[in-house]
Amino acid sequence: MSTVLDDLSQVIPGGHVDLPTHKTEEYRFTPIARALEKAFPNGFVSGPKKEISSIDEFLIPGLDCSVIKIVDGVYDGTPAANPSGDVFDQLNARLSKGVLSIHASEKPVLILNINTGSTSLHNRFSIKVEAGASLTIIERTINLSSSPLFQTLSEEIEVGKNARLDFIKIQGTPNIIEVCNTSITQEDNSHVNTFTLLLEGILVRNNLSIAIDGEHCESHFHGLSLLNGETIGDHHTVVDHKKPNSFSNELYKGVMDGRSKGVFNGKIFVRPHAQKTNAFQSNRNILLTEHATINTKPQLEIWADDVKCSHGCTTGQLDDEAMFYLQSRGIGKEDARAMLLYAFALQTIEYVSIAPLKAYIDSLIQKRLYAK
Amino acid sequence: MLKIDNLQARVAEKQILNGINLEVKAGEVHAIMGPNGSGKSTLASVLSGREDYEVTGGSVNFMGKDLLAMAPEERAREGVFMAFQYPVEIPGVSTINFMKTALNQIREHRGQPTVDAVSFLNLMKEKVKLVEIDQSLLNRSLNEGFSGGEKKRNEIFQMAMLEPRLAILDETDSGLDIDALRIVSNGVNKLRSKNNAIIVVTHYQRLLDYIVPDFVHVLYKGRIVKSGTKELALELEAKGYDWIKNEMASV
Repeated sequence: MSTVLDDLSQVIPGGHVDLPTHKTEEYRFTPIARALEKAFPNGFVSGPKKEISSIDEFLIPGLDCSVIKIVDGVYDGTPAANPSGDVFDQLNARLSKGVLSIHASEKPVLILNINTGSTSLHNRFSIKVEAGASLTIIERTINLSSSPLFQTLSEEIEVGKNARLDFIKIQGTPNIIEVCNTSITQEDNSHVNTFTLLLEGILVRNNLSIAIDGEHCESHFHGLSLLNGETIGDHHTVVDHKKPNSFSNELYKGVMDGRSKGVFNGKIFVRPHAQKTNAFQSNRNILLTEHATINTKPQLEIWADDVKCSHGCTTGQLDDEAMFYLQSRGIGKEDARAMLLYAFALQTIEYVSIAPLKAYIDSLIQKRLYAK
Repeated sequence: MLKIDNLQARVAEKQILNGINLEVKAGEVHAIMGPNGSGKSTLASVLSGREDYEVTGGSVNFMGKDLLAMAPEERAREGVFMAFQYPVEIPGVSTINFMKTALNQIREHRGQPTVDAVSFLNLMKEKVKLVEIDQSLLNRSLNEGFSGGEKKRNEIFQMAMLEPRLAILDETDSGLDIDALRIVSNGVNKLRSKNNAIIVVTHYQRLLDYIVPDFVHVLYKGRIVKSGTKELALELEAKGYDWIKNEMASV
């Protein structure tokens, strides 16, 4: 067994971990063990820690939000200021690692997950949106280290009655091998919008599971992968309708350039009691080169009889006729291509409702598509 | 302006153009007529630079330059415009955004300053009147869900915006009712000037009642077999294309 897999085995109680291989159905197209071995030939050796001079560049321009900074897996508060005259308060201000500050507001919460030097990072979040509350969460990982990073991120999110969650994940970290397990549970009349933007990485696997355990819920699960190089981007989603009268709509799009590889697996379950469920799924992909690939698999299991469900997936190249039309009006080939891809991608950010956030995501998409 | 010399072209191993000769000068309107399969649309496609068509011989000179050596976008920037027979629907790209990008890339090529949003909208308002196209259509995705007539009007609107030196109208009359035909033709006529030229490719004479050509050419089996003035179109209408076919057979 190689070093990196040894390392992983040591941290698991019982001293053994079975990493998925190409024979493991759920990871058939996502060779994570191989990617880990290649990225960490000497195991998870930490490098020197980088100083965080400023987090400004990781913020979203114009977005008024609370920032939760997690550095190397530990909550990182701002340095203490204004200690009182009491000597122990002054002592505390000097010796504490930072201030834990809590802001109760409706502002979006930006979780900055920063790695400064380690090569392996494992975070676990638990989030509850209480009944009637409304929360926007934006998540991004920043790897300051020049070494590759192996990250697992697990998060459990409960969305209470009449509550609303907007959950935005921006995955733009190069040199990362990442597995995210996100489980969301919805109660009655709750509303959830998720959007996952996948731009970078060696290998990124997102397991997004939504249990719709309430009636009259509405949910939109959108994702956009704009992959290039040799990135492997894998979205495995499960939408589980457990109660009647809810609506879910899933839309994932992918543009694969270079030798990149996309994977989409979308499961929809409609349980026997979940009558009057409306569940829709669509996965659309454009392959820009003959070396790029996509493996897509919808899986619908419906036990209720009075439901409306549909799924569809398409994979193709850019439309030659559309390209020619744009070019014939004087638009250069690269710009024509970017215009068509941008038009294709834009539908996925329909439900990102906060204007500065939408503008920022839009700018990331444009930057990627107009880069050439 | 345009000089086509012995142009030959094929598509998918099938030879379609067998030596076209045609000269178009500034200020002229030429109609190219012919039965189905004679090569009319192929000629339009070759001139606009469609990839599927392979030029196997001859040359095309446009304003002193080798047109065939240019990419489609370069041809457009040099002033060639084709109004498509079947305009493409492009979801997610609005006509406005599309036209602004196109206009600015053309202007850049010509060394002109790009237009800002305000001047662009003013220009657009002015051109919209030419083809009586509803401005709300232009905010929508390009041609998506447009009727046949709306698509053709959008083509002429684009022509008005880009002010080409040479416009090629490929069967612009197909799928148009009489009212739409009149509107589209009026638009084209208002764009006629002594500085530009128009090639009208059509199967039927009726379009030429509205856009009156200076010259009419009959294309048959990939060659121009007859040229004349507008009276030739009327004669064709009266006698039918069999007249040409029979005449050619007897040669």
